[in-house]
Amino acid sequence: MSERITKNMARNIYFGGGVFAILVFAGLTMDTVGQVPKLSKSENITESVAHGKHLWEKNNCVGCHTIMGEGAYYAPELANVFERRGGGNEESFKAYMKSWMASQPMDVPNRRKMPQFNLSDKEVDDISNFLIWTSKIDDNEWPPNIEG
Amino acid sequence: MKYSSQMVAKPYFIFALVLLAGEVLFGLILGTQYVAGDFLFPEIPFNVARMVHTNLLIVLILFGFMGATYYLVPEESERELWSPWLAKITFWVFAFAGVATILGYLLVPYATLTEITYNNILPTMGREFLEQPTITKIGIVIVALAFILNIGMTVLKGRKTVITVVLLTGLLGLAVFFLFAFYVPDNLVLDKFFWWYVVHLWVEGVWELILGAILAFVLIKVTGVDREHIDKWLYLIIAMTLISGIVGTGHHFFYIGTPGYWLWIGSIASAVEPLPFFLMILYAFAMEKQRRIDHDNKIALTWAKGTAIIAFLGAGVLGFLHTLAPVNYFTHGTQLTAAHGHLSFFGAYIMILFTIISYAMPIMRGRLHGNGVKAQAVERRSFWMMVIGMLGISLALVIAGTMQVFIQRVGVDALGFMETQAEIVPVYVVRLGFGLLTLLGLLTYFYSFFVKEEGVK
Ligand code: HEC
Ligand code: HEM
Ligand code: HEM
Ligand SMILES: [Fe+2]
Repeated sequence: MSERITKNMARNIYFGGGVFAILVFAGLTMDTVGQVPKLSKSENITESVAHGKHLWEKNNCVGCHTIMGEGAYYAPELANVFERRGGGNEESFKAYMKSWMASQPMDVPNRRKMPQFNLSDKEVDDISNFLIWTSKIDDNEWPPNIEG
Repeated sequence: MKYSSQMVAKPYFIFALVLLAGEVLFGLILGTQYVAGDFLFPEIPFNVARMVHTNLLIVLILFGFMGATYYLVPEESERELWSPWLAKITFWVFAFAGVATILGYLLVPYATLTEITYNNILPTMGREFLEQPTITKIGIVIVALAFILNIGMTVLKGRKTVITVVLLTGLLGLAVFFLFAFYVPDNLVLDKFFWWYVVHLWVEGVWELILGAILAFVLIKVTGVDREHIDKWLYLIIAMTLISGIVGTGHHFFYIGTPGYWLWIGSIASAVEPLPFFLMILYAFAMEKQRRIDHDNKIALTWAKGTAIIAFLGAGVLGFLHTLAPVNYFTHGTQLTAAHGHLSFFGAYIMILFTIISYAMPIMRGRLHGNGVKAQAVERRSFWMMVIGMLGISLALVIAGTMQVFIQRVGVDALGFMETQAEIVPVYVVRLGFGLLTLLGLLTYFYSFFVKEEGVK
């Protein structure tokens, strides 16, 4: 194959193909950025949700958990924990989150451990609001089932 | 060695290898925590060990890329490095920033680290692979700029070859895409979308240009094949990389809240991504067949061929395995992802460093024809130990991931995450065993540096 292609042809494929790919990708990026507010219901990103995301990052929850399938694979998926542990009810989910965060780390020998983060009730509520907002993102019906 | 300033590469290579030992060590800690949840808890929680593991990986690759560049650019450009002094300074700045950051992870809780580094002024921390404090990120940008200035001046003032131009393009891309690490919007979807501009466009975009350039350099040196011929292959490989890899970013936009057209576009474009890796295999073996010289440094060519093969297996085969949207629906964020992550990073970006180090280090140590027969035999043993170790880790993770999908994600009576993980523990024990083999291989590799020569020419 390579005998028929000259170095100049190969270089032109590289430059032409590269520039073409960048242009296509830039166009798709602009379209995506335009559609994300609707798909993610961004009007519901309250101050509490934004602060919850910040706490999520500050405590590196993603270093053990996945969220929408991205992160670490050591602990349960959390994009749908609102449905799994809160049954889709905001009040019971927030109550669940407070007791969960307060009872870590659990004293079960040999079981994987989640640290104690010493968060205030308000902070746990913010994280809960962030997880509730996340659970409502239109992500093409992922995950396959409630177990995440 | 033709130019004395090539010597600045040496500390970069040595430091990269030291960091690699740390990375593998922390991999073993993680692997142990997968089977024994109490191990080192609460001193080193899993997430902390993980950020040390992955950050060491990235930083060691950056050190390796810089070392490789400092070594090959003067030789290609046929002149001394623009400023060897700047290269030495940036080494110490980067090494200091790297060590301080890792110590920060280990010595204080992560939340405290965000506070003492004033993350709230420009929050960038707490995302996978980009856990570094914002000041470290700024430091990385400054080091990258100084490095690119140094290399750019050397290339501009000297002979321009396809290899140096491709390398410089890759390095520029590396620096430019890293800037997306500073963009952290409140909307998680946009955050994730642009996070991949760093991670995917690095490993499946610009880093592949760097990989291709280093591979081409070593192949020219150890096979003596005509440069025109090598150049043509290099162009073809990186053309395929950019054409498939840029739009191929879409294979991460299936299930994170981005529009539905990515299901098609991401699947189709990324299905082509294995092609450049396959071309690399053809290329390495074709160059060996057409070689004009029989270089005494046999092991460098072994590493070059190994890089092409394992990168294809890890990135091409294991990547393709989960890159079509209907498959990814079930495998997304499972141990299959980890299987692919391990073999691709190792095959492509760790093995290319072994390739250039194996070629350049003996020369920098005054052995112009490569190490002696005995040292090369030891190195060959370490090659096989590490390759089999990493293949074993990845195969175990493929099995673990397949079990995870079938137990947790399909069928009516699916088990929960933690119950599923409990079922997989025996496989994680096997993974740990292969991890130990990998570490032994690395220690054997270190030992090969100290094998005494008898009757060297
Ligand atoms: C060091 C690893 C680690 C970190 C960091 C971590 N977690 Fe966890 N998390 C776990 C583990 C392990 C479990 C499963 C515990 C069990 O079932 O016994 C878990 C379980 C959970 C659950 C229950 C999920 C379910 O479906 O049962 C929630 C909610 C949770 N974590 C929230 C968080 C939040 C919020 C953060 C960040 C502030 C966080 N975690 C950080 C390890 C971690
Ligand atoms: C040079 C060798 C290695 C490389 C290149 C490497 C690379 C990586 C990468 C890229 C990740 C992130 C994975 C992802 O997000 O999909 C990771 C995580 C991890 N690595 Fe390694 N690794 C190496 C060695 C090891 C070894 C020897 C072990 C253990 C025996 C190990 C165990 C782990 C574990 C347990 C994780 C965390 C997975 C999770 O998120 O749950 N690694 N490594
Ligand atoms: C050397 C090149 C490559 C490297 C180093 C690499 C590395 C990685 C890593 C570390 C991840 C996990 C990211 C995370 O933590 O979320 C990942 C994910 C992924 N990679 Fe690659 N990759 C490479 C090439 C490829 C190729 C060529 C393909 C496709 C043919 C591919 C397909 C994928 C897919 C589909 C995912 C998402 C997995 C998921 O949904 O969980 N990769 N890659
Ligand atoms: Fe990718």
